[in-house]
Amino acid sequence: MPPRLELQGITKRFPGVTANESVSFSVAPGEIHALLGENGAGKSTLVKIIYGVQRADEGTILWDGAPVSIGSPREARALGIGMVFQHFSLFEAMTVLENIALGMDNPPPRRELEAKVRQVLDTYHLALDPHRDVHTLSVGERQRIEIVRALLQRPKLLIMDEPTSVLTPQEVEQLFETLRQLAREGCSILYISHKLHEIKALCESATILRAGKVVETCDPREHSTRAMAEMMIGGSLKDVKRKSGGEFGPVRLAVDGLSAPGEPPFGTSLKEISFEVRAGEILGIAGVAGNGQNELLSVLSGERHHGVTGSIAIDGVPSLALGVSARRSRGLAAVPEERNGHAAVPGMSLTDNAVLSARRRKKLTVGGLIRLGAARDFARSVISGFSVKATGPAAFAGSLSGGNLQKYIMGREIMQTPAVLVVSQPTWGVDAGAAAFIRQAMVDLAAAGGAILVVSQDLDELLELSDRIAVINEGRLSRSLPVGSVSVEEIGLLMGGVHGEPATAEAA
Amino acid sequence: MALILEPRREPSRAMVLAAPLIAVVATLVTGAIAFTLLGYDGFGAIREIFVSPLLSAYRWQDLLVKAAPLALIATGLSIGFRANVWNIGAEGQYILGGLAGTGIALAAYDMEGGWILPLMIVCGILGGMAWASIPAILKTRLNVNEILSSLMLNYVAIQLLYYLMRGPWKDPMGFNFPQTRLFTDWETLPMAVPGTLIHIGVPIALALALTVWLLIARSITGFQIRVVGLAPQAARYGGFSAPSTTWLALMAGGAFAGLAGVLEAAGPFAQMVPAFPTGYGYTAIIVAFLGRLHPVGILLAAMVLALTYVGGDTAQTTIGLPAAAIGVFQAMMLFFLLAADILVRYRLVRRRQPTGAPAPTAAGVPPQASPDTLAQEARAEGVAA
Repeated sequence: MPPRLELQGITKRFPGVTANESVSFSVAPGEIHALLGENGAGKSTLVKIIYGVQRADEGTILWDGAPVSIGSPREARALGIGMVFQHFSLFEAMTVLENIALGMDNPPPRRELEAKVRQVLDTYHLALDPHRDVHTLSVGERQRIEIVRALLQRPKLLIMDEPTSVLTPQEVEQLFETLRQLAREGCSILYISHKLHEIKALCESATILRAGKVVETCDPREHSTRAMAEMMIGGSLKDVKRKSGGEFGPVRLAVDGLSAPGEPPFGTSLKEISFEVRAGEILGIAGVAGNGQNELLSVLSGERHHGVTGSIAIDGVPSLALGVSARRSRGLAAVPEERNGHAAVPGMSLTDNAVLSARRRKKLTVGGLIRLGAARDFARSVISGFSVKATGPAAFAGSLSGGNLQKYIMGREIMQTPAVLVVSQPTWGVDAGAAAFIRQAMVDLAAAGGAILVVSQDLDELLELSDRIAVINEGRLSRSLPVGSVSVEEIGLLMGGVHGEPATAEAA
Repeated sequence: MALILEPRREPSRAMVLAAPLIAVVATLVTGAIAFTLLGYDGFGAIREIFVSPLLSAYRWQDLLVKAAPLALIATGLSIGFRANVWNIGAEGQYILGGLAGTGIALAAYDMEGGWILPLMIVCGILGGMAWASIPAILKTRLNVNEILSSLMLNYVAIQLLYYLMRGPWKDPMGFNFPQTRLFTDWETLPMAVPGTLIHIGVPIALALALTVWLLIARSITGFQIRVVGLAPQAARYGGFSAPSTTWLALMAGGAFAGLAGVLEAAGPFAQMVPAFPTGYGYTAIIVAFLGRLHPVGILLAAMVLALTYVGGDTAQTTIGLPAAAIGVFQAMMLFFLLAADILVRYRLVRRRQPTGAPAPTAAGVPPQASPDTLAQEARAEGVAA
């Protein structure tokens, strides 16, 4: 039997970069095949070529053994290729069913569609109510909408782009069950991820890309995650070095009884959040996206004041009433989850982006005017200190790859030597090498006496980085537990909202 | 076959700057053709409006005098537009600036002294700011759309002007004409170039435009304006509050429009009349965008739009072009500019329907959710990721 999908010598060039260079691999019917690689290795481009979003400059795509030309996503779907994107495109104010109909090329009448949707849900044991409004759903449920959308087209190849980055460990297991069932029925799955233990658990074969080229095709079950990570980055992986002990200094960030209303219409309100972070300590906050993380971050950074009650003290000084700039002057630095347009302005130079958050602590202004020279020097020192790949301080933030921009942003904040660093998703979408670098920089900041609060959905990262972990769920923070004493399952249950009390109907 | 707009990966910088020129040229060509079809001498009209005034030294004075208020108002508006604060109320702020200056002039009618004119100017600026503060309060306190509130206040300002002209401020010696007395010498602008029409408002407009350029580029306030316009969320993260930006933008717009108003009242008009509002506040919006919100561009664009006023006047007498022709030319300029801007950012492509898939898909589907848009989003997300 010919492979379901075979790529032969696919090459795609963009001005200045070769995204893919004679990439060849094949996926057999019913095979779960991993596409592995760092950010910028060319995974996304390759997938866009397969899904018809972009065209290859050279090379052939064979579908069931016959060469095909895929000119648009519509043509890809007509062949039987389905795709679940990393970022969902859903209308929050509409129901599941309406969203599914909107995403289809030619939706059948509503009643018929509902019957089809229910059939898919039953076949694959997916828990989802077609009549619920999307804004009431968890991220895992939202992903199921996208999966149902793809499955309704009866795909023969399903592409999953980084599907687990927002799921709880339990939701990940459910997803894997669905994927395995699909594979048993003969549907091939192309699974894109950089989470190596998931790939070991799920996939039968893996193609590893580095700098646009295939460096290895292997069976992930036979290699250690470390070996695969090193194939990905093409070098040996550095471990984050921590000072031993656990001697922490005085409390630098103290939060007590912090409550805040959620951003209307769909935000989560914060309820009585209390914690302390000491000098030299890293406190991790785990939780499924949308449980109040963004609200917590914006309340701590000072971006949101409306309706906030409770207390925040930075180095013992009450700071609840202070604005963003005053808190920065006190030594609080914050890095929100979203890089483009929140932590950085894509349409401005790196120098201007240094002025954005470092102008007070680095004295980049005088008498209301920007000291361009000083700002440029600081930007340059961040670029070299954090090995940011950029043409220089004049480069636009939007021209940097996600990982490089994140390095720049983290560098900008850490090099201001803040007393307290509050950071969300410090390595989200960042490749393994850069992630290790960023984590090391955070550990070093803590070792130098900083207090760090890390909010992340990546449990592995929190377990590696944190001294203590707490879980945020529906705006409530659990008590924090020392990292050595908790298991992933316990944290997973807390993330799903099981606090030892009866679980709400929300858990599906 | 269907024509669709597809986003370009990166708009060409050269085309961004060329768009205003293309718009002006397209306006000239279309205008010539349209007026010829209407039975006028179309090409003569273009020559009369856009070329002849440039050939006469006397007309140049007129041009500068008309361009000064346009440049002033547009400079103020550009500050707000950069920060995505859409102040459409410059016309009303201009009227209030003129009225505030007139109030001082009437009160100081029988006084003498060099302090009168500066006081009129300060009050004119404050008058414009006061009028602009109404949309600012409504926006920051109640989240009322500033486009609507500032626009509607224009009509209120006009009615206020009419009331004052027909009632309290009517010239007692004026044979019941609805207008104020003439301003005294202490209350009118001195000429920048003696023996011409060019009053000191012209160099003031030039100097302020250049000052604003410097402040936008180098000051932290200018930085705030730019960040808020480019990425509002990043502005909050950087410690710039949205209400303060709204205030800043509307106050800048109000101050500049108010200044333009008082300079017009104390300059070319030298009194207040019901015909005081001539649409500068609206035309300045075109000037701001034609000048790419950049002070130097605004100076050039103000000259182009001043041409339509000056040349339009001449064309009425020489070719018999209707007065509305000025408005037509101004509107075409904005229309072509917006069209050119769209094409700078998007590419017009013909989309083939793939043969395999059924062609007529849901026509009522909102474009955001259609699969093709998904693909475009994926494309726009960048290729190097």
